Amino acid sequence: MKSFDSVRRSAMKLLTGKRVVGNVLVAPAIAYLIRFLALPLLAVFAMSFLSRGSYGNVLFKFNPLNYVRLFDPLYAQILGFSLAIAGATTVLTLVAGYPLAYVIARSAPKWRPVLLFGVLLPFWTNFMIRIYAWMMILRSDGLLHAFLSGLGLLRDPLDILYTPGAVLIGMVYEYLPFMILPLYTSLEKIEEAQLAAAADLGAKPAQVFWRIVWPLSLPGVTAGVTLVFVPAMGMFVVSDLMGGAKSLLVGNLIRNQFLSARDWPFGAAAAVVLLALTLILVFVYTRQTRGAALSR
Amino acid sequence: MPARSSRRTMLRFSTLAMVGLLSGCGSGSGQTSPSEPSKELNLYAWSEYIPKEMLTHFTQQTGIKVNYDTFSSNEELLAKLQAGATGYDLVIVSDYTVAILRGQDQLEPLDKAQLPNLINIDDAFKHPPYDPSSQFTVPYQWGTVGLAINTDKIKQPITRWADLWNPAFKEKIVLLDDEFEVLGMVLQTLGLDKNTKDPKQLEAAKVKFASLRPNIKLFDSDSPKTALLAGEVAMGMVWNGEAALAYRENPKIIYICPQEGCGIWHDSWAIPKGAPHQDAALAFLNYSLTPEAGMLITREFPYSNPNKAALNLLKIKDPKAYKVYMDSPSTNPPPAFIKAAKPVDEKGDATPQWDRVWTEIKGGS
Repeated sequence: MKSFDSVRRSAMKLLTGKRVVGNVLVAPAIAYLIRFLALPLLAVFAMSFLSRGSYGNVLFKFNPLNYVRLFDPLYAQILGFSLAIAGATTVLTLVAGYPLAYVIARSAPKWRPVLLFGVLLPFWTNFMIRIYAWMMILRSDGLLHAFLSGLGLLRDPLDILYTPGAVLIGMVYEYLPFMILPLYTSLEKIEEAQLAAAADLGAKPAQVFWRIVWPLSLPGVTAGVTLVFVPAMGMFVVSDLMGGAKSLLVGNLIRNQFLSARDWPFGAAAAVVLLALTLILVFVYTRQTRGAALSR
Repeated sequence: MPARSSRRTMLRFSTLAMVGLLSGCGSGSGQTSPSEPSKELNLYAWSEYIPKEMLTHFTQQTGIKVNYDTFSSNEELLAKLQAGATGYDLVIVSDYTVAILRGQDQLEPLDKAQLPNLINIDDAFKHPPYDPSSQFTVPYQWGTVGLAINTDKIKQPITRWADLWNPAFKEKIVLLDDEFEVLGMVLQTLGLDKNTKDPKQLEAAKVKFASLRPNIKLFDSDSPKTALLAGEVAMGMVWNGEAALAYRENPKIIYICPQEGCGIWHDSWAIPKGAPHQDAALAFLNYSLTPEAGMLITREFPYSNPNKAALNLLKIKDPKAYKVYMDSPSTNPPPAFIKAAKPVDEKGDATPQWDRVWTEIKGGS
């Protein structure tokens, strides 16, 4: 009994010791998050209740009207347009990324790291440079045009750059890896035996997919959709460069308040509302999919 | 204004906290005592605007290391300075931005005794309206905002901003992504005040702009010449220097100042309040005013140069470049251009109104 007790005690000691080590290890990350995430967010929230001075300075005068101003059909329209772009990006990355993730997950284990490496390779180049590269490709007399006209498929100059289509190309390109990686993680966990069992019991390939593969991959779908949709809501660089800056997205609206309009409190209010809306959407979405996964 | 000073205090406190967090001690603010000359200089200016050679020369002469950070709009500069504690010693500001920074009490008065080379500046630029006694600013470059036209693609003569509305130019036009220049141009086309604070006039500009929209291929302030040179568009509203650079690559791209009046701007150096290396800033300013530095600037970034000694030097050293400079309306606009030109003024409390109209133009359907 005594020896058991001492073992238990030393185990407890080790455990609590581990906790101390663990606390020490996470402390820098926590401090970083507090300083560079929590405090700035609090500052933005506080700023959203202040007023604009004549020269664009911030006056310490309580002003809840910043939020009232956002209830304007104009801003609803801009929000709707951003939702549409982010939504389309999410759906397109899912449709394009799912088969690819599936193929990688079902390929021979020795090839998987190579294929995943291929998915991640673009991250080695700066995002802006990749966008400018796309602009060179899509220009009316750019690389794509040279390629297509070389094959004799095309005579007229291409009319893709500076259109909404170009914006979607850029967005899907940018966010595709964020969809593929979580999908791959889920799909890779599905046992070959489960699929074989379903087939043995008479399920057709479509039934195997919808009743076995899809439900089991839902955690990956949820993670991928969230990872793509949330940053896509705030993205405006792609639309400015590849879309010719012809339409305003929520990101542009917020940035303009801090730059040309020099109305920081209103910009802060818009940022708070965007954050809240995105959180609500993601919350509702993850609860729904979790419910769906459980009910199957 | 007590409100603002308390905000400053808060920012200063949080910056200190950050420095403390990063370095683990509270010592580092990087300032040198006034008696000891600075070894470093932090510039904040437009991208593609200051020749690298100029910075190396200055470092060779003085041993002062120069850090050059860039922005792409005056508004970016304002936002950064307003956030406080930037550490910049010298910034480039355009006309109306000087008014704002002076209004916010963000600039240091200049010690003219340290700037003997100011005599090289043309008299025409010694008393600008935004700084009549030249107390805070030193001229760097100036220029116009006009129309660049690819005469290969557009055969009919273009003389007015109003010509942009011609239905023949569907998706053939690039405009600056700048609400003050673009809406100002539309107002001028309507015969109204470019810097109006009247909501009715702004509304009229919005309606007028709607019919221009089908002709616009893109908005781009950073490099409107790129779309012109790539053949995406046939003409557009550009900065004069962009027009001069486009002309170097394709002489078919000409530059005009439309009859309604082009835009005009003046960029100057200024020292932000509390800059840590003011002695180095003044030394750099005096160097930037030398004919040699001025010539470097004009050779690499051909906007209009207010330094007459620099232009004289260019005439001797490189007569060909001098002739191109003098003959181009983009670098040496005829007096009639300048007479009709209008700068962007600070809009004050009407700024949100302008932004609202711009948001409606771009965000509305």
